[in-house]
Amino acid sequence: MALNSTLTRHENETTFHPVVLVVVPILALILQVYVPHLFPHFVLLDLPLLVVIYFGITLRGQVAGTMAGMLIGLVQDAQTGHPIGVNGMAKSIIGYAAASIGIRIDVDNTISRMLLTAVFTLANSILIYIIERRLLGFDGQWLWLRETARILANALASVVVFWILDRLRRKG
Amino acid sequence: MESFFSRYKGLLVLGIVLLVQLIALATQIHRPTVTAGADARSDGHHVRVVRLAIAVVVAPVERALTGVGHGTRNLWRNYVYLRGVRQKNYDLQAEVDRMRLEQMSLLADARQGQRLQQLLGFRQQYLYKTVVAQVIGTSGSDQSRVILIDKGSNDGLKPDMPVITPDGIVGKIREVFPDSAQVLEMNDQTAGAGVILETTRIRGILRGNAAGQVQVIDLLPDDRIKPGERVLTSGGDQVYPRGLAVGDVESIALDRQHPPYIALTLRPAANLAQLEEVLVITETSGALSAPGVGSEAEMQRSMDTAAGALPTVDSATGTTTRSATALHPDRFTPGTVPPASSMRPGEPKPESH
Repeated sequence: MALNSTLTRHENETTFHPVVLVVVPILALILQVYVPHLFPHFVLLDLPLLVVIYFGITLRGQVAGTMAGMLIGLVQDAQTGHPIGVNGMAKSIIGYAAASIGIRIDVDNTISRMLLTAVFTLANSILIYIIERRLLGFDGQWLWLRETARILANALASVVVFWILDRLRRKG
Repeated sequence: MESFFSRYKGLLVLGIVLLVQLIALATQIHRPTVTAGADARSDGHHVRVVRLAIAVVVAPVERALTGVGHGTRNLWRNYVYLRGVRQKNYDLQAEVDRMRLEQMSLLADARQGQRLQQLLGFRQQYLYKTVVAQVIGTSGSDQSRVILIDKGSNDGLKPDMPVITPDGIVGKIREVFPDSAQVLEMNDQTAGAGVILETTRIRGILRGNAAGQVQVIDLLPDDRIKPGERVLTSGGDQVYPRGLAVGDVESIALDRQHPPYIALTLRPAANLAQLEEVLVITETSGALSAPGVGSEAEMQRSMDTAAGALPTVDSATGTTTRSATALHPDRFTPGTVPPASSMRPGEPKPESH
């Protein structure tokens, strides 16, 4: 069954231990900056984005999704050479959208999760491209090959990452 | 009214969050100051504080992870991976014998070189004071080519200091924290450097592009530029010392964004994808020069050219004369055509060059 009603949502309320809510984003942010140093192609993956999507679609709170996206995005920005707020804005929108969609769609289905991750990865790239090119005036280029690789990498990684995160959640 | 806020709470929060970040972005765009000779986008005080706070948390973890990684690797190399060590020992012994012979030959060349150097009065060319730093992390994004190193202001690092490897330049220091620093790699879109082509002596500006390639831009089409030509730092940006290897020309193409200029795509000399250790140049000698770029002969040649192009004043008559002689004189070159007063009507035209 592809769609769930909001009534079902209340019956299957998902919560996380507060430690998980803090440690998982921090771990994702650290791995994101450390692993590409060893494996340069790892940079195609966006672990913080996967965490934002996961918390958005499972917690299903628009405010929580927005705030999680903003905080994770801002920390990501602080580690780049670009102005702070680029990833913050993009991931705030992704967090909000993920939470909004999580209310309506069965997010426990693996195929739905992969498709959602693919769509949100593309949306994240488009948002960053618009912010950097239109607001900041960077000479950005849209590279389809790279974006396709990024979408595929994130969609595939979401299966593993979401499976691990599923082990950490508790249903009310 | 209450139901409106509760109904659209999520959307309102998103709007406020976006607005705040938009204002923060706008502040950062207005605030940066472009330092002399560098194109670094310096952050404002508040942004620096945010970056510092994150670096203080992240850098120790990354340093620990790097330490664990190196420890594991060393354990593997030193204790576990012992297969073939005997054979390797024999091979190395043979190589040592061969290198000893080679060393003797090189020693003779070096002594000769030293004598010649003293004879010509060359200045010491690489008087750099450097700090060795280990790469402990990246920006985690392919849109921002930044690496994190394990040395900071406590080790004497300052923004805009050049970062190199023995192979070539890597980039420059962007942000400095007490025990770590961000290095902006030369293939980042916001990076830049003054460069010169080794053989053709054409100067250009180095830039990174969105694909993470290193390009030399603002060059007019020139048939003399060929793939494989070496590119060095020119020293014109007052960040990188002159003569450091940047890379080799890989391809030449029209710059689509700024026609009719061309853009050279380079193969960087330093392996930017996998950097382990880097050198930060903390001090340089007063006059830096390197073979092929800042040699005495070239400096003298430039001065002669400049002097030849300038008009000189004849002290006896007080008149100004041009001492320049054209390399390829034609009928417009001063002195090649007789004055009009000496010409007569009907006389054949003087031969043109």
